[in-house]
Amino acid sequence: MIHSLFLINCSGDIFLEKHWKSVVSQSVCDYFFEAQEKAIDVENVPPVISTPHHYLISIYRDKIFFVSVIQTEVPPLFVIEFLHRVADTFQDYFGECSETAIKDNVVIVYELLEEMLDNGFPLATESNILKELIKPPTILRSVVNSITGSSNVGDTLPTGQLSNIPWRRAGVKYTNNEAYFDVIEEIDAIIDKSGSTVFAEIQGVIDSCIKLSGMPDLSLSFMNPRLLDDVSFHPCIRFKRWESERVLSFIPPDGNFRLISYRVSSQNLVAIPVYVKHMISFKENSSSGRFDVTIGPKQNMGKTVEGVVMTVHMPKAVLNMNLTATQGSYTFDPVTKVLTWDVGKITPQKLPNLKGIVNLQSGAPKPEENPSLNIQFKIQQLAISGLKVNRLDMYGEKYKPFKGVKYITKAGKFQVITGREY
Amino acid sequence: MTDSKYFTTTKKGEIFELKAELNSDKKEKKKEAVKKVIASMTVGKDVSALFPDVVNCMQTDNLELKKLVYLYLMNYAKSQPDMAIMAVNTFVKDCEDPNPLIRALAVRTMGCIRVDKITEYLCEPLRKCLKDEDPYVRKTAAVCVAKLHDINAQLVEDQGFLDTLKDLISDSNPMVVANAVAALSEISESHPSSNLLDLNPQSINKLLTALNECTEWGQIFILDCLANYMPKDDREAQSICERVTPRLSHANSAVVLSAVKVLMKFMEMLSKDLDYYGTLLKKLAPPLVTLLSAEPELQYVALRNINLIVQKRPEILKHEMKVFFVKYNDPIYVKLEKLDIMIRLASQANIAQVLAELKEYATEVDVDFVRKAVRAIGRCAIKVEQSAERCVSTLLDLIQTKVNYVVQEAIVVIKDIFRKYPNKYESVIATLCENLDSLDEPEARAAMIWIVGEYAERIDNADELLESFLEGFHDESTQVQLQLLTAIVKLFLKKPTETQELVQQVLSLATQDSDNPDLRDRGYIYWRLLSTDPVAAKEVVLAEKPLISEETDLIEPTLLDELICYIGTLASVYHKPPSAFVEGSRGVVHKSLPPRTGSSESAESPEAAPSAGQAAEQPAVIPAQGDLLGDLLNLDLGPPVSGPPLAASSVQMGAVDLLGGGLDSLLRSDVGGSPAMGGGGGFAAPGPAVPAGVGAPLGSGLGDLFDLTGGVGTLSGSYVAPKSVWLPAMKAKGLEISGTFSRQVGSISMDLVLTNKALQVMSDFAIQFNRNSFGLAPAAPLQVHAPLAPNQSVEISLPLNTVGSVMKMDPLNNLQVAVKNNIDVFYFSTLYPLHILFVEDGKMERQMFLATWKDIPNENEAQFQLKDCSLSADAVSSKLQGSNIFTIAKRNVEGQDMLYQSLKLTNGIWVLAELRIQPSNPTLTLSLKCRAPEVSQHVFQAYDTILKN
Repeated sequence: MIHSLFLINCSGDIFLEKHWKSVVSQSVCDYFFEAQEKAIDVENVPPVISTPHHYLISIYRDKIFFVSVIQTEVPPLFVIEFLHRVADTFQDYFGECSETAIKDNVVIVYELLEEMLDNGFPLATESNILKELIKPPTILRSVVNSITGSSNVGDTLPTGQLSNIPWRRAGVKYTNNEAYFDVIEEIDAIIDKSGSTVFAEIQGVIDSCIKLSGMPDLSLSFMNPRLLDDVSFHPCIRFKRWESERVLSFIPPDGNFRLISYRVSSQNLVAIPVYVKHMISFKENSSSGRFDVTIGPKQNMGKTVEGVVMTVHMPKAVLNMNLTATQGSYTFDPVTKVLTWDVGKITPQKLPNLKGIVNLQSGAPKPEENPSLNIQFKIQQLAISGLKVNRLDMYGEKYKPFKGVKYITKAGKFQVITGREY
Repeated sequence: MTDSKYFTTTKKGEIFELKAELNSDKKEKKKEAVKKVIASMTVGKDVSALFPDVVNCMQTDNLELKKLVYLYLMNYAKSQPDMAIMAVNTFVKDCEDPNPLIRALAVRTMGCIRVDKITEYLCEPLRKCLKDEDPYVRKTAAVCVAKLHDINAQLVEDQGFLDTLKDLISDSNPMVVANAVAALSEISESHPSSNLLDLNPQSINKLLTALNECTEWGQIFILDCLANYMPKDDREAQSICERVTPRLSHANSAVVLSAVKVLMKFMEMLSKDLDYYGTLLKKLAPPLVTLLSAEPELQYVALRNINLIVQKRPEILKHEMKVFFVKYNDPIYVKLEKLDIMIRLASQANIAQVLAELKEYATEVDVDFVRKAVRAIGRCAIKVEQSAERCVSTLLDLIQTKVNYVVQEAIVVIKDIFRKYPNKYESVIATLCENLDSLDEPEARAAMIWIVGEYAERIDNADELLESFLEGFHDESTQVQLQLLTAIVKLFLKKPTETQELVQQVLSLATQDSDNPDLRDRGYIYWRLLSTDPVAAKEVVLAEKPLISEETDLIEPTLLDELICYIGTLASVYHKPPSAFVEGSRGVVHKSLPPRTGSSESAESPEAAPSAGQAAEQPAVIPAQGDLLGDLLNLDLGPPVSGPPLAASSVQMGAVDLLGGGLDSLLRSDVGGSPAMGGGGGFAAPGPAVPAGVGAPLGSGLGDLFDLTGGVGTLSGSYVAPKSVWLPAMKAKGLEISGTFSRQVGSISMDLVLTNKALQVMSDFAIQFNRNSFGLAPAAPLQVHAPLAPNQSVEISLPLNTVGSVMKMDPLNNLQVAVKNNIDVFYFSTLYPLHILFVEDGKMERQMFLATWKDIPNENEAQFQLKDCSLSADAVSSKLQGSNIFTIAKRNVEGQDMLYQSLKLTNGIWVLAELRIQPSNPTLTLSLKCRAPEVSQHVFQAYDTILKN
């Protein structure tokens, strides 16, 4: 099981260590540093490293490496999932998961880690339960505590710890009872030179914010549940009901949580909401090239495409770019060779265009490949897969809650390849 | 105000100040002080000096303060065991607290304090807590048993905690069940034989029920435990699968992968005709694909596992190729894994897309990734025949980029494509040859040379190309040297007229100037082959090569099956069974897939079939023996050279050395009757009749080669004395032992005959040696397979080595032996002949011999008379050589023959000898010189024994 945890920042300082069994010397991290050095880029450090006596399993989140030390055969996914859970918890407690936040709250962090893992076995990882055991820091509470002398640590057993619904605490009370669902979809796509789709899929999630008193039992149904054939559920969802009736039936945790995540991949179901016209060329034996890109809306179901940003990793030989944007502003970083064009909203009447000259290093050979364009965008009030919530019913409590559903579609890893055709 | 204030220090000295604060009367101040202590601890500062002060704060109603003190205790109790005892009372009291949270906290913390004295006090509270009415306390206590087991396994067993833990598997609360399973799994990992998790249909049912209700982490433990169960038939397997399938939709990827493991394993038992089998296959794909949209670290582990899954059951993901396409911002470790899986899934249906992707990857910046992409194109060509042409043209495009490492990698894979599709793509050779100069990596150079050699007849300037490589022959790596040698021989066989000089050059480079035995051996074999029978040589060297098979890197099927049982574990990440790398896995239980109980197939899994047929890269160079060597003398390559083959003696030394070294390494490596060994023996075959005609291109070197043969031919083993009785029956309650020592092909053995002269059956034999002068020790235990019945005897050859402890004995060759059987232990001592210690590489170089002879002072010289020996000098020499006494030179001085000989003992002592033989006198005079003169007497005895038998 998980033996120890080291938190390491980008400059290689170990700023926190926690041991659940015997103490493992910090020197074990040297193997990690070695791998880090070899990987050059922080993102490329392999997640599983073996050392003569231990295994190091690490994740990289928010500029911090969470390095766990393992001594026996443990499922690495279990460790990685747990580490992400730790990072999530810090995020949840301190608003951000950063070195400063952790250092500022080191005692809470330590109490949390002790509560989350016992002898390497996960103990309490649900934020609902943790918050009952250890209260998150707030300015108000620390002021109150310092006056009254009360503490951040709850002294009764959290109710959820053992019930069949460990994710929910008892005795929740709200004056306004609300249940909100955000359907968020991200499109991952690769579009080739001719504009046809090489690969596209939608990663969707339904994030919920439930503030309901008592023990509400909710049923959420969809207009078109058949869309969902590859779904991961929050443990609160009754799987049998879903299997038989395609209804999400659950007693919700209190507060924010992810109800389901899903994937829609059949090619014909994935609409591509933007198109890109591009003309990028480098002339043989010349120190310049042309760059002309237009972005337009397509299959957007009448909604506005906004928040459009295009980033392009230009070839190494590019020295500078002289472009004119009909809309928005662009920057080109000559060191990293990254072109960023912040477009904003697309109005179908006047399509945004970016056009101009590319200056190449003289004498350098013509770049082999045209760069690919990475596009970001957002569409409010639309789930691009067409998923629609039908209704939400509540049982078990008498009050009438306020209900709301919001849809949003975003670009995930959305790239347009300008150099090749399939 | 944040916790960072706890890190600020004052001038007075931190520890001092903290001490004062910890002893303050004010609760609040105390708590702040403990927080400061904890803060220092988290960054690895040593605050153990504050132990007593912190422990004093433990007795408090304030839960936060209590928890903080507990945190401190866990960290430092080990360094202050005596002080830690002070805390025991409070712990025991807290275990009785009405608040379950405090009871659980106390028992949990106590388990974390790894101090022996404390564990004794822990037992009683733990026993109570395991039976506590509150499930929260029970589940904490379950984990505590695992902790305690880690500290003191014996104690846990003695106190019966393991049984209590097993009972908890039937607990009413699913969380308690999950923790009990987790604890038992951890304990059984260090006790593989204990069979703690005794699974039966009832307990499986309980686990499956708990599975639905416990936390995600508990589900992982339960699923991993389920995977170890062996269902009794396919119906049970199916019903478990049905109940596990919902876990595939869990948000926690570790749960998903553990569920996949259970399904993959139990699926093995289901018949493929079953509808359910197909349903299950379909259900497995989406969750695996979903894992790939998770964080990169999770993706990596998932990909390593998917790699196993697609090898075992390619049908699951065959339509999901696109999700494995590399994204530009994937970390490199994810990219490389994806590439692997792309190749595994490549088929005629998707090859076009795959190739387009690969070509793209080959232009990226990361060198490792680009190399692998280029290699992948080659693998596609070999795997999907229809695509070979496109692959080759893609590779040619890549070669045109002139990017150095791309070109080299491309050439390496094109060589494999030639091997797979001979006589199809040779038109590209011209393009390859253009890039000859840019190749600087051994693998690429070797590949290019292979191509030039293999297609020498189509390349006009093949000889020039190869000659250019020959210039720096000695600076090349072995791989390139071997390849160059083979290529030039091929060239010679194809265009004998123009390349005679070249082939001579390379043969002499390989045989005379190289100290690499592989290269020399191959050189000699070619040389011999060419000079003997060019037709045979052609048949051997230019033989039709077997086609290379599809996938070269498939995991071997039995290992794959084992790894499938380890999906989701470290083993699956490393693609090695846990026994290969997990520390302390003394007796890891070897897991295997359940046998299929369903009806239909016997010859299933065609996917596992190829992989064994991987032929070696090199054409076989070891010819069939027999007739070929018999013809050795009928050379027709050039005018015969007459006269004695002996030329410059230094060359002869070299050649002798070759065989000495070469054969030696062969013998040592214990090859027995392998072809290599046969080759070695083959050299010896022609015997002393050699000096007839040796081909011109061979020159003197080869002639010398034959000269060795006489000596080498007798190299079957040294003289073995007949067995004598070492331990008479009357001294050993009826056990009689007789024996002798022998040395054969480099290994010493003690040949024993055990005879039972008693009236009862003897068994349980064992043998041990006392320390002795040369460290002789049994290399294997004494193996008497069946009990020895009365009046029966058994012959045993006990292999010995010389790595035992050394103690000088008197006499030097005395060996004291103890033999044990079911009756008693017996002792005897025996003298071993020293020649069993003469090693095979005891031949000293001539110059060296002279220098050493002079170097050893005269007082170390000993002279002996060997009486009644009427052998000729040559007979003496060959007889001695059989026992590893090597003749280095022979002189005839005034009618008497002088033999100069050397031998080496296992412990590295050299003995030099001069043997004078007078034609008419049966008494030989032996002079021995050695830095350790005490061995001389025994060496003389060895001479005496060898020569007289």
